[in-house]
Amino acid sequence: MNDHSHTPRTKPRYSATFDEYTLSEIRRAAATGIYDIRGAGAKRKVPHFDDLLFLGASMSRYPLEGYRERCGTDILLGTRFAKKPIALKIPVTIAGMSFGSLSANAKEALGRGASAMGTSTTTGDGGMTNEERGHSSMLVYQYLPSRYGMNPDDLKRADAIEIVIGQGAKPGGGGMLLGQKITERVASMRTLPVGIDQRSACRHPDWTGPDDLEIKIEELREITDWEKPIYVKVGAARPYYDTALAVKSGADVVVVDGMQGGTAATQEIFIEHVGIPTLAAVRQAVKALQDLGMHRKVQLIVSGGIRNGADVAKALALGADAVAIGTAALVALGDNDPHYQAEYEALGTSAGAYDDWHEGRDPAGITTQDPALMARLDPVAAGRRLANYLAVLTLEAQTIARACGKSHVHNLEPEDLVALTIEAAAMANVPLAGTSWIPGSNGNF
Amino acid sequence: MNLVLSRVPPDAATHVDLATSSLRELNSALHKLAPDTHETLWKVANPAGRHAIAAGLDAPVTVEIDGPVGYYCGGMNKQAHIIVNGNAGVGVGENMMSGLIHVKGDASQSVGATGNGGLLIVDGNASARCGISMKGIDIVVKGSIGHMSAFMAQAGTLTVLGDAGEALGDSLYEARLFVRGSVASLGADCVEKEMREEHRALLAAKLEAAGILGEVDIGEFRRYGSARTLYHFHVDNVSSY
Amino acid sequence: MCGIVGLFLKDPKLEPELGAMLAEMLDIMCDRGPDSAGFAVYSAGAPGFVKLTLRGPAGTDFTALGAAIAHPILPRDTHAVLSVPVAEEATVRAALGRLAPEIRVVGAGQRMELYKEVGLPADVARRFKLETMAGTHAIGHTRMATESAVTTEGAHPFSTGTDQCLVHNGSLSNHAGVRRRLAREGFRVDTENDSEVAAAYLSYRMRGGDTLGEALTHSLDDLDGFYTFVVGTESGFGVLRDPIACKPAVMAETDGYVAFGSEYRALAGLPGIATAKLWEPEPAKVYFWDRAA
Repeated sequence: MNDHSHTPRTKPRYSATFDEYTLSEIRRAAATGIYDIRGAGAKRKVPHFDDLLFLGASMSRYPLEGYRERCGTDILLGTRFAKKPIALKIPVTIAGMSFGSLSANAKEALGRGASAMGTSTTTGDGGMTNEERGHSSMLVYQYLPSRYGMNPDDLKRADAIEIVIGQGAKPGGGGMLLGQKITERVASMRTLPVGIDQRSACRHPDWTGPDDLEIKIEELREITDWEKPIYVKVGAARPYYDTALAVKSGADVVVVDGMQGGTAATQEIFIEHVGIPTLAAVRQAVKALQDLGMHRKVQLIVSGGIRNGADVAKALALGADAVAIGTAALVALGDNDPHYQAEYEALGTSAGAYDDWHEGRDPAGITTQDPALMARLDPVAAGRRLANYLAVLTLEAQTIARACGKSHVHNLEPEDLVALTIEAAAMANVPLAGTSWIPGSNGNF
Repeated sequence: MNLVLSRVPPDAATHVDLATSSLRELNSALHKLAPDTHETLWKVANPAGRHAIAAGLDAPVTVEIDGPVGYYCGGMNKQAHIIVNGNAGVGVGENMMSGLIHVKGDASQSVGATGNGGLLIVDGNASARCGISMKGIDIVVKGSIGHMSAFMAQAGTLTVLGDAGEALGDSLYEARLFVRGSVASLGADCVEKEMREEHRALLAAKLEAAGILGEVDIGEFRRYGSARTLYHFHVDNVSSY
Repeated sequence: MCGIVGLFLKDPKLEPELGAMLAEMLDIMCDRGPDSAGFAVYSAGAPGFVKLTLRGPAGTDFTALGAAIAHPILPRDTHAVLSVPVAEEATVRAALGRLAPEIRVVGAGQRMELYKEVGLPADVARRFKLETMAGTHAIGHTRMATESAVTTEGAHPFSTGTDQCLVHNGSLSNHAGVRRRLAREGFRVDTENDSEVAAAYLSYRMRGGDTLGEALTHSLDDLDGFYTFVVGTESGFGVLRDPIACKPAVMAETDGYVAFGSEYRALAGLPGIATAKLWEPEPAKVYFWDRAA
């Protein structure tokens, strides 16, 4: 007989393919029969602005003196056709987030913070509230497939109109807002029964494609007497073509939202597997504008995973005119704050990982319609936090721009950047650091 | 302003000829009308299928358009009465809030899309997606309607004297559909419902508003509405999503 | 993503006006497609002869080329129509390849002539003097390029068979797969354009014995995405919309003609339009008219 008592045992080995998250998701699917719906954007690691570095000035170029020598950050949006373009003091705006997915206090805080810094906020799927209009000095009104709450009075009191074709989290998809958040006020704004799971369409009800979009844009301009800038927002998938077609359809501003861009509620599988990273989208969109001779004439706003002033500066250097933030703005308000760790754990998650924004149980009072939870968010204090954060983003971007010798952040160029990885170099179309090699570059996409 | 306005007695209408005036001039003049304007009757000639004619109005005036119009005629209308003596293109009365739009000919796709209020009458046929995502508007079509009509319709009424195409009322919410003729097929979650007295009264009110009460037999209409099985996601309904 | 027009005459008295009528329709569709334009006209043809529509670089001396090939040639701007006996078509094509390799044959047919160029549609129509052309039926297109380049090659109509051509409004979602299948069947698709795949698909079906109507019916099974097609053959004119039918389409019929437009505006100037029968083609329903029938 063999004695096995001294035979070494192998350690339990977990599969890289069937990792812990995957196993839990299979069990969840088997138990419920429904795909996982969540908020936020892609959580997997994708090539990002972190993989780029700036080439600061030294001998061949001269830096500007921080805090003393001017480095402009202002930006004019909608200069192509609109009689009343909007002037932002900083190149960072707040992306569209609906009243309904967010609490009224959260919307108010966004308005307060953005207005304090001289930038705009954006409505979302669900119409415009008086609070939001009142607290935002510049408000962009989204025009979405569902047209919830859409009406001509709000259209006329908006500062700009954003026609939403897609979102980075789900290019090609609609949405679903679960019943917990369809309170009486949300339901009445959307003309829906209280408490039902609201489905959102993926295409607009009265036009499809750029040739018909051109006619829709003409109608919106006629209704608003050609005053308002008209943005067209697309989820990043084929940004070269989509940007070119938005321009041909008559847009004043194109918004390109990368796959890290957030959402209120969509299938997890959609968020993680459809669309391309923000980094990969910027240069394609810029190339389309350049090829049409419209770069800087039609402005480009980039969003999806913007977190700090370096991200802002890098997006601008690659050719964007401004960036939009969503998730980062919510975090600045207080979303996923460790202060509420015990409550996040009670929901089966953790501060920093909470993404069940559609369930309406946000301990931080932001992605909820529950009056008690909502009351936790002080819109004045949260607005102040957002203003502080926007100020830091701007200061950081200026710091980098000055170091590169720029008296305006818009003078940052792709040539100020190098990449740390081959992937980022190929996607951003800038050289690998320390080389002159731009992988895959033939100037085309 | 270049707008050629001529006030010709005896009807004292303001005449605009789109062969000589631009769409912008017309709409701009209509948008400037005050609520107490005396220019309450406008007659528009030579529309030639142009888009966005009389879009965005918000005054108690009547605009008569003599000929066919293109996309989004009377889009987002408030208060105004808009009469089209001809056919209408895509999205006539889209998102209208109140007032009246009366198309004397046929209408293209997406009649009254997302409309919130007011009355929209089509004397002829309406094509696909009539009343898509409607949110409170009343639509009366004297002819037939095309496929996917009342898709995701949320509120309001759609009354059809003729037939309905495929997938009527797909993913319907609370809009009420009355069809006199045949229905090629019902969409997901749309079912025929009992026509009770309250529904006959509602239908009569809509027919009266459209000026055709008594011309058709209310007993010939069938009512369709939401089965409400898609209101809360359930795995057994997954094929309907 | 575009504007389409088509005209099929029933009354021979209108035939001298065909080009003028189509030119006006095309002009109005400029807004829907400012990048390029093209049209195919089915005009008189001699039995036993094939008309080759040639396209050359600006300044091509087509008269000299016709003389060199010893066949009658009719130049129109960057295009020219060369008439050759059917029996000599292969020889002439070979000779063209030798004498003028920069020239492309963009269409061939007993009756079809095909013209297309980059530029504003109204200008393109004028350059080719469309308003002077006569014929029995014609289709035209104004293009807003989506995913393929703004080039003359990418302009519509696409001709992939004798006397056959197609214009398209919409966007196919499975054209790459269909392109590979056609390649295996020996059908080369020259451009990256999804619409050319649709044209080649119909030619492939008709080569296999389908009538135009049957070929259109089969395309409902094999072509995915959003489309409105208007198709011409030697004697026929067909229209098909996909089952979802989001892209606009209006048709008009009188005793004199059948007309197609992406929007009513395109039809507004046609004679008798005020009393014409007007309708929107049903989704997934094949419409076709045939002079021979």
